[in-house]
Amino acid sequence: MGATGIIFRREFGAYVRSPMGYIVAAVVLLLDGILFYARALGPRAGESLSGEVLMRFFYNASGLTAVAAVALSIRLIAEERAAGTQLLLNTSPVRDWEIVLGKFLSALAFLSAITVATLYMPLLILVNGKIAIGHIVVGYLGLTLLGAAVLSIGLFATALTRHQLVAAASASVITGTLFLLWPLSQMVGPPLSRVFAALAIHGRHWAGFQAGLFHLRDVVYYVALTYFFLYAATKVMEAKRWE
Amino acid sequence: MVHLSDVTKYYGKKRALGPVSFEIEQGDTVGFLGLNGVGKTTLLKILACGLRPSSGTVTIDGLDILDDPHEVRKRVGYLPELPPVYGDMTVGDYLHFAGRIRGLTPEAVARRVPEVEEYARITEVHDVPTRNLSQGYRQRVGVAQAIIHDPDLLILDEPTHDLDPVQIMEMRGMIRALKDSHTILISSHILPEISQTCDRLLILNAGEIVASGSEAELGDTLLRSRGMVVTVRPAGDAAATGALEAVERVIRAVPGVTGVGLPDRPARAMAATGAVTVRVDGEADLRAPVCRTLVEAGHDVIGLSLAERELERVFVELVGGAEA
Repeated sequence: MGATGIIFRREFGAYVRSPMGYIVAAVVLLLDGILFYARALGPRAGESLSGEVLMRFFYNASGLTAVAAVALSIRLIAEERAAGTQLLLNTSPVRDWEIVLGKFLSALAFLSAITVATLYMPLLILVNGKIAIGHIVVGYLGLTLLGAAVLSIGLFATALTRHQLVAAASASVITGTLFLLWPLSQMVGPPLSRVFAALAIHGRHWAGFQAGLFHLRDVVYYVALTYFFLYAATKVMEAKRWE
Repeated sequence: MVHLSDVTKYYGKKRALGPVSFEIEQGDTVGFLGLNGVGKTTLLKILACGLRPSSGTVTIDGLDILDDPHEVRKRVGYLPELPPVYGDMTVGDYLHFAGRIRGLTPEAVARRVPEVEEYARITEVHDVPTRNLSQGYRQRVGVAQAIIHDPDLLILDEPTHDLDPVQIMEMRGMIRALKDSHTILISSHILPEISQTCDRLLILNAGEIVASGSEAELGDTLLRSRGMVVTVRPAGDAAATGALEAVERVIRAVPGVTGVGLPDRPARAMAATGAVTVRVDGEADLRAPVCRTLVEAGHDVIGLSLAERELERVFVELVGGAEA
């Protein structure tokens, strides 16, 4: 196991050992459940096709996944700086990309565990309605990719500062801006509308996953966005390591 | 082992360190002494590859810290002023993590963790989360993580920070035990912590090294310009008029003597003990000529010592913290 794996284990353990991880998981699962009941099963949900219910579930889950990703990522580096433990990593023979990747994968694993815990809701639809298993698989792939992208944004933000609140604000602004690009793309004319739509994190690229449609271009978008912010976080770490 | 050449560190326009140049041989135990804020931590962070110098070169074991930081970090163990422990981990898990992150194999780290726990006397807290430890235990855990990979160079920044007297003595013992197998750099603003564990002292002031050497060398250098205290039993009747003046006259005649300080009530002292203690100031170590001259003049020298022998005075004088 390389340094990435060692850091992954430590960080994943930190989520499991600290109340923060459980609080995020509990809040996400609770809100997911409430929204699912209100919009799919409850008396005000109305008559809907099973596929539409599943789409609503993924729509709700995407927003909560993004919020959870910000909450889980902001501690990753800022907390180390504030506690002084960053010095242990900085003076150890570990490369910055190994630190960033280890932390990212640990947060992604924990976020994925939370996401998997919501699986009972699509399964309820599957049992009581008529949906394709592929729709569920593609939807969860989308949630994972969206979560990874927002985690990478959070990791970049937390690399910038020692204050978790500042990191949370920075990550929220970046993520919020990327969310807003989609409605903005509807308001402006071309070519700006096309640029905004192509960059929006929760519009064209998300719609396919939500509907159970797999498009390679959407996967490439989320992977590229994730790579970009992980790369930026690594560069920030490199710049700050010797400060 | 360690070579620094014209190393400086600036934070913006403010100079925090340097230029400093020095060499440290393999196996040396060197103490960096200076008041708070004079650049000790900056210097040690640079040596631990945690801070980039603004100019100059630093090599450790022949490796430049900027060209080959990865390799240098494998050879260095570093204890910052505040031990870098993760509060959510137990001591055992933390040391395991520290060993693995420093490149030890799983087998090696499984062997080393009990060893360093025993050495640092923290075996009994193996399963205790580090956030529940006292400051003394945290400091010991900090030392354990710094030596887990058996580094060639061990850097300890204020290792007795916030420790009580018993813990300080234990820490000194730990450091002494490490001297045989490591090159050690220690910083402190408390002189006894350094002088009792180090072979060589480097005194920093305002980012520069203002003196270096062993405790004895530093003492000798500074004491050359200090005085001495001599207790004399005058020749003949000590109570006789003019006996005290005769002693003073003989001392003042010694070349190099710049002043003679008499006690407040010399006559009473003479009457009580038959002797008088005077302070002699000079520009060099005048013990031998003063003693010889007094004896040749028929007086008995019954006590002789250097004034201001404590190295604390040397330190305070060098760093300009107070009137020595």
